Amino acid sequence: MSGARMSALATLRSQIERIETAEVVHHHDRVALGHGEVDRALKGGLARAAIHEVFCEGRQGAAATGFVTGLAGRVTTQRPLLWVRQDFSQIETGALSMSGLAELGLDPRRVVMVRAADVESALRTSADALACDALGAVVLELWGETRQFDLVASRKLTLAAQGSGVTGLLLRMAAQPLPSTAETRWMLRAAHSPPGSAWSAWGAPRFDVELLRNRHGPCGRWIMEWKCDECQFSEPSAYPQPVAATPAHRPDPAVLQQRRAG
Amino acid sequence: MIHALDEAAERLGLHIGQPLANARAMCPDLKVFDADVVADAKTLSDIADWCDRFTPLVALDAPHGLFLDITGCAHLFGGEAALLQTLVRALGRQGFVVSAAIAGTSVCARTLTRQAAGSIVADGGEAAAIDRFPVSALGADEAITTGLRRAGLKTIGDVASRTPSEITARFGARFSTLLAHALGQGDAPISPRKPLPDYIVEKRFAEPIATDTMIAMTLSRLANTLIVAMEKQGKGARRLEAAFFRTDGVVRAITVETGRPVTRSAVIDRLFRERLDALADPLDPGFGFDMVRLSASRTEIVVQEQRDLDAHIHDNDELAALIDRIAARIGGKRVVVHLPQDTHIPEQAVLAAPAQHHLAAAVQAEWPARAESEPPLRPLRLFDQPEPVSVPFATVPDGPPHQFTWRRAKHAVVRVEGPERIAMEWWRQDGKQLTRDYFRIEDAEGLRFWIFRDGLYEGEVFDADGEPAPPRWYVHGLFA
Repeated sequence: MSGARMSALATLRSQIERIETAEVVHHHDRVALGHGEVDRALKGGLARAAIHEVFCEGRQGAAATGFVTGLAGRVTTQRPLLWVRQDFSQIETGALSMSGLAELGLDPRRVVMVRAADVESALRTSADALACDALGAVVLELWGETRQFDLVASRKLTLAAQGSGVTGLLLRMAAQPLPSTAETRWMLRAAHSPPGSAWSAWGAPRFDVELLRNRHGPCGRWIMEWKCDECQFSEPSAYPQPVAATPAHRPDPAVLQQRRAG
Repeated sequence: MIHALDEAAERLGLHIGQPLANARAMCPDLKVFDADVVADAKTLSDIADWCDRFTPLVALDAPHGLFLDITGCAHLFGGEAALLQTLVRALGRQGFVVSAAIAGTSVCARTLTRQAAGSIVADGGEAAAIDRFPVSALGADEAITTGLRRAGLKTIGDVASRTPSEITARFGARFSTLLAHALGQGDAPISPRKPLPDYIVEKRFAEPIATDTMIAMTLSRLANTLIVAMEKQGKGARRLEAAFFRTDGVVRAITVETGRPVTRSAVIDRLFRERLDALADPLDPGFGFDMVRLSASRTEIVVQEQRDLDAHIHDNDELAALIDRIAARIGGKRVVVHLPQDTHIPEQAVLAAPAQHHLAAAVQAEWPARAESEPPLRPLRLFDQPEPVSVPFATVPDGPPHQFTWRRAKHAVVRVEGPERIAMEWWRQDGKQLTRDYFRIEDAEGLRFWIFRDGLYEGEVFDADGEPAPPRWYVHGLFA
């Protein structure tokens, strides 16, 4: 190999190295969620200064909102939370209620809500907000499939988050997961309360959480519980069987096992 | 009925208020157009916008007059005569017939425009200037003008020669004040259309500018000048207005508001960039702008803070600046913070207030403490309007439903907690409000709902015949 080629190769290698180390530097700041297995899969917790996507079906909107609220509660720690939502999602799943947010253990005083009229202004606002290092987290809530949120838009958000250290949480209701530059991608469903006598009261919010994509670790599916008093997630309490009954529309457990292994 | 007429028609002897049929009889080939009072008012207000270039104090004198307070402004345009000439010529070029005059008091100037347009009367010369004009030039009510004529007082000089007490006794205090003002004895303040801004900077161009870069550059230069002027007095701007004067007379004003006083020109620059960027109908330069004005219409005294040591203050500043930017882009009402309200009614328990003005209040708000080791009692998502559900059967009198249909999907009730009874506030609201019994319900899928029955069973709800009717059910929110 000629000298010129060697040096070109060396330059490229050093460039790649720089890019890779840059990623590593940005991703070492992680917040433990409180659920042992999930934290292991995430290599210590949810990465700050990155984008995380949470998907759900239309009717599971409230469960996904609860999960995103929990994630936001973990990563913000006393810093302001900017919640950007599209007008349409308020009609579909209702407005985010500050009383409900307070009941989950978060501080409504730190929440600033942006009521964007459409997807474009919501995206633009979140990209702007992610670049502001005074914030703890930015939540972007979108309803339905959107053409505007493509790889370029996703990359823009990721770069903004990396630059400022702010965590971006995307709540995508009634949308199909698509490739993006997100650090993690989750599929959310509501989980049953622990079995007890019928017509009895329920307990803490429970989520049936499926990690569909994880840039730096394995995927998997778990039941997570949100502890409102401690403001953290935990393993499900008093839960004798893994999942009460697997509905027909969910994937076969064997597939899940494979996915967790891979 | 004739609403307005031009000079030629006036020469034919037609007059305002004359029935159209009479006018047609006098002049068969009369050209008639429908009067449009709203459009006239709009045009007058557009002309007033245009006149903003001479002075910030422009007042409307409906239906077709304008007062300009040019105190201290005339020398900028080469003196009073030059100003008057510029104004009349420029408006004339745009196709308007203008009669203008300058005098020490507004009423005197108005009287002059009706009889001697173009005249300039120095202070103290008012009475001499108008005393030979007919009384109708004063612009008093028709009844008063007729009354004066009948009393043999034909000119303003005749009226002025009577003692004020006589005039007041016969024609009322309002007319005698009007007369005094016209004669230069005291002055009625004009009521300008816009409040006088605290600071104004402007830039005029010999060659109109049209490109975005030039506009942005002009704005940032003006911002610099404005900041220097405000800094001298320790002020910061809360509301800024940029006015763009187009060569063809159209004026476009753009306003930005901020949550806390702005003291840096870079911030002003950025806010206007965001605002101009997001305009639904972009700035149309047409043939170019010949003047750009930047004014601070609301200012506040700036308290200097020690910044570097306290990261917390820095964060608050950054957040306020971010809120200002977003508000400039999508509107101040779309960025909100939340204030708890003293009420039990769920949809009124939280007030969303514009973040720009209520950020400080929201940060210090006292929220009710949550009950320890209880699952959430209030839903995370609340519908603005409770959505009706159909409940085929429920435990009576105040039990939960066993199954319900919401948005065309059936949900079987698996878990229930409740009822939580919330009575409406009869001491605040008029009309009968129904008591609500709320249930927290989990269905077979694990979805959690907040459902209420509107009205007590067989107690509050009646049909048209006065018989007890089954109460209706609603979904009000969704739990996580």
